[in-house]
Amino acid sequence: MEHIRTTKVEQVKLLDRFSSSNKALTGTLYLTATHLLFIDFHQKETWILHHHIASVEKLALTTSGCPLVIQCKNFRTVHFIVPRERDCHDIYNSLLQLSKQAKYEDLYAFSYNPKQNDSERLRGWQLIDLAEEYQRMGVPNSNWQLSDANRDYKICETYPKELYVPRIASKPIIVGSSKFRSKGRFPVLSYYHQSKEAAICRCSQPLSGFSARCLEDEHLLQAISKANPANHYMYVVDTRPRLNAMANRAAGKGYENEDNYSNIRFQFVGIENIHVMRSSLQRLLEVSGTRGLSVGDLYSGLQSSGWLRHVQAVLGAAVVLAKAVTTESASVLVHCSDGWDRTSQVCSLGSLLLDPYYRTVRGFMVLIEKDWISFGHKFSERCGHLDGDPKEVSPVFTQFLECVWHLTEQFPQAFEFNEAFLLQIHEHIHSCQFGNFIGNCQKEREELKLKEKTYSLWPFLLEDRVKYLNPLYQPQAQEFAVLEPNTVSFNFKFWRNMYHQFDRTLHPRQSVFNIIANMNEQNKQLENDIKDLESQIKQCKNKQADGVLTKELLNSVRPESPTLKTSLCFKEQTLLPGNDALRTIDSSNPADNRYSEYAEEFSKPDPAVVSLEYGVARMTC
Amino acid sequence: MEFSELIRTGQAQAELLRGPEAPPLRGTLCVTGHHLLLSPGPQATPDLWLLLLRSVDSIEKRVAGDCGTITLRCKDLRVLQLDIEGVEATLNIARSIEALSSLESVITSFPFFYRPKGLRLGDAWHFHPPERYYKRVARETNAWRLSEANEDFSLCPSYPRAVIVPRAVNDDALALTARFRQGGRFPVLSYHHAPSRTVLLRSSQPLIGPQKRRCAEDEALLRAVLAGSRPGARGFIVDTRSAQTAKQARMTGGGTEAKAAYPGWKRLHRPLERGRPLQESFVHLVEACGDLEQSMDHWLSRLAGCRWLAHVKEALSTACLAAQGMEREGACILVHGAEGTDSTLVVTSLAQLILDPSSRTMAGFQELVEREWIQAGHPFQLRCAHSAFSHARPKHEAPTFLLFLDCVWQLGRQFPLSLEFGEGMLLALFDHAYASPFGTFLCNSEQERCLCEVRTRTHSLWSGLNQLKEQRKLRNPLYVPNPLALWPSVEPQSLRLWQGLFLRWTRPPEPSEAAWEKVWQIVTDQEKTEGSQPTVSASELQL
Repeated sequence: MEHIRTTKVEQVKLLDRFSSSNKALTGTLYLTATHLLFIDFHQKETWILHHHIASVEKLALTTSGCPLVIQCKNFRTVHFIVPRERDCHDIYNSLLQLSKQAKYEDLYAFSYNPKQNDSERLRGWQLIDLAEEYQRMGVPNSNWQLSDANRDYKICETYPKELYVPRIASKPIIVGSSKFRSKGRFPVLSYYHQSKEAAICRCSQPLSGFSARCLEDEHLLQAISKANPANHYMYVVDTRPRLNAMANRAAGKGYENEDNYSNIRFQFVGIENIHVMRSSLQRLLEVSGTRGLSVGDLYSGLQSSGWLRHVQAVLGAAVVLAKAVTTESASVLVHCSDGWDRTSQVCSLGSLLLDPYYRTVRGFMVLIEKDWISFGHKFSERCGHLDGDPKEVSPVFTQFLECVWHLTEQFPQAFEFNEAFLLQIHEHIHSCQFGNFIGNCQKEREELKLKEKTYSLWPFLLEDRVKYLNPLYQPQAQEFAVLEPNTVSFNFKFWRNMYHQFDRTLHPRQSVFNIIANMNEQNKQLENDIKDLESQIKQCKNKQADGVLTKELLNSVRPESPTLKTSLCFKEQTLLPGNDALRTIDSSNPADNRYSEYAEEFSKPDPAVVSLEYGVARMTC
Repeated sequence: MEFSELIRTGQAQAELLRGPEAPPLRGTLCVTGHHLLLSPGPQATPDLWLLLLRSVDSIEKRVAGDCGTITLRCKDLRVLQLDIEGVEATLNIARSIEALSSLESVITSFPFFYRPKGLRLGDAWHFHPPERYYKRVARETNAWRLSEANEDFSLCPSYPRAVIVPRAVNDDALALTARFRQGGRFPVLSYHHAPSRTVLLRSSQPLIGPQKRRCAEDEALLRAVLAGSRPGARGFIVDTRSAQTAKQARMTGGGTEAKAAYPGWKRLHRPLERGRPLQESFVHLVEACGDLEQSMDHWLSRLAGCRWLAHVKEALSTACLAAQGMEREGACILVHGAEGTDSTLVVTSLAQLILDPSSRTMAGFQELVEREWIQAGHPFQLRCAHSAFSHARPKHEAPTFLLFLDCVWQLGRQFPLSLEFGEGMLLALFDHAYASPFGTFLCNSEQERCLCEVRTRTHSLWSGLNQLKEQRKLRNPLYVPNPLALWPSVEPQSLRLWQGLFLRWTRPPEPSEAAWEKVWQIVTDQEKTEGSQPTVSASELQL
């Protein structure tokens, strides 16, 4: 690799971001084509993928060396001290180059090889099939049909080829409507609620300006209304704040005029745009990353960043959708400006509230494929996969995952997957290790031939399915069929496991999750054992009337009675069943925590009473 | 005094609203000496709704037309609304509740009349006498003795009859030391940490005064502490006031240990909030939690503004500091503030929970509360006279005990397998500390409890809680004994608002409760299947 000058630096120190007294691990830093690797003297490895690097910063030289601070997109922050400035400079320059690729073909996914053959790779890509998903929802049916209008991405470049529209909407209507919508993103079906016969549809803003109308667009909306036999009106939800939408009118865009569309009920739900979200999260991270943060600072920082307010707004909009469908059997059309950020969030969360299928491991993958990937959420731009416009980067998908996390917190039994699953997906939207999130729309992905050149993430997640299962999941519980989350302010919390994922000293020291998952597993196993034994007893009874038992039978009882419960608790334990060694938790240590700053006072000899005994330094770890 | 004099209207027709989650209840409302009853009509459920009047914190009445509304805010933070037929009846009932809920006399309080089925008087009272803890200390070290110098409460009215002191210090010296400490609270052993052979002591401030008085016996006592500990041990005095406040206390006769007078001891100041500001913090937090409509910004700024979590953080980190001094530095720790009955106890009891695995069991925790709070003379009656809703000017109220419970809850969240008791236990302690049919939290000190014969005439909360039927609510199903010290993270990101307490009545609890049930079910399944294995093999043998 032409960017790598130095591949190995010894005697590098890794500082812990939060623990006290500048505790540092010394080790060796390696630079590879894809990763930055640090191996400390315990032989513990810290891998950082180049694609995960959001920023590299070289701080002013200190007496112990040259500090290098790396911020990652998965919210890991590492602080190295490199002894020689030259080495530091080399690494700094290399990382700057390696973390920002100019071409898609240079992304990790194009070189990543998990040792699968072509047919396995293809099967992986076929695992999630959206046609199958629409069938599951119950379309096509007498009111909805598959349209081939966008077969060659002619009408809309950022939409998928297969689109579902009302049966009565003819092709000219579709074409006409698409001309009246930003980027040609005309109203199409996102989710169909079979028993209510109501639909969630999505589009972009109309090009209405101050007075423009489009009869075809009006017809299409009417067709959506009519496709719902239960209800003669429909909701049109503009997810933007009213002011933003009005400002757009001056640019020839805008929102639907209720007078022109028959039977629509129009409403704004006030979610801010990608730029507001980007700076909001930035502010949040600045606050939560401060050393020696006080409780007051954290909460006023949470407030001033506005992040939780935004999360509340997104979830609130999803609740509006779900309510319209369940209580009024009404169809809803959702849009924002271009219909690929806020619209994706709100449509997917709305479907998640309505349909328990999306709360399963597989269903959640389908949901992401449908509302995010296929409908053209611009993953590559929003995640900054390539060196591009920093103004296009925004944590829209992260925010969606956070909304889902808040739902899992409110409904601990409603989801088949756990927090680790969400974190793992978040990891991979930035990793570029798999092809799923590369590119900005389906057309672009086809051009990149991703299905031939890269692998799909989903089969790899399914392979590790056990790690991502929620042991408390109750699939049959009817009460959770539709989730009705409570969106009052105090239900929203700072998501520590996301934004401090790698700061292990901040996390609980024992994981209830693992214990319960293990018990569940054991229960199943033991029940099977009992069944086995019982059937064996039956057999024996049949065979041997006088009942002399062979030793073999007795031995078939699992030899060690499960001691798992005790052994799991305070030995090395992973907090979340993720993949990162850094998150293993052992018994805690006071030196990990900030109160041990005070320990310096303990070790300071007291001048009045100094004696040799007191002067003896004691190791505190 | 007769209760009947205070009851103006015996009964009235009323409807009770218990928040958005529970259905309203209609029936006959009835005020008795200790309770408010609502008995539903014959057609409805036969269940009687019962509220201990003592648990009413504030009462608000409104009349409109020919009916009235009474809003009761309870000490457990519940808000109830009663719609009553008849203006006269409303006013009378309100007045009766007001009078009866604020009675100050201890011996006419409900615990003296409460005689539950299945419990015998005096059952569990002697579960945790100081002698019992001393037995444990005596097994570990010989340097301490149980002194009965305070047998008649003459040395220190707020200490129990027996306290643990250095063997080298005799009772006469104790008497002199007691005169040098505020309220007579001379340094006594709170906890002996056997692995490091160090001790945790607590006391009140020394009465240094403006003249910089000294007391040879007090100095000798602290010297003896170091001598009885690990050879070469140092001592740290954790003063729960700022250096400034401690110094100012000299003007009113108090102060803090002078360096020169106590060789081997070093002073650390860790200011903890107490008294009025702590009560106000509590009131503001509860106010914020009662507002369902507020915007996110408003909520977060109120959460920051009330400073409750900051107090939790300070209390927890001071306790960690004390525990760390013992376990890691091998130092003896003396904790005191001014009176030594509030923040001092928060620190000493939390430090034990951090260090001592046996205090994390159900029985051990009850013993800890009994020994470090009740017998150690935390003035429960004064501190818990009112909770967060009272309009009365606060006098001595302060949620010190709640602060301790919150810290324990934080500890339990960070070490979810290491405490044998669950959130239910902490909630129960909070409820009972403020209003209880049991006698355990009555009075301010052992002396008062003896005068009122609390031990013989009321039931102990511990026997109430230790009944089998309560266990599922109180226990942590996932408990596994953990022999290690628990070092919690005190970073603000690691601390959480205790929703189970502060939002207990405002948020719908179903999903989380159902999840808790599921955990119980998994654990009991586990025990069942584990248990059934040997049975299968046993039946095989008999074949």
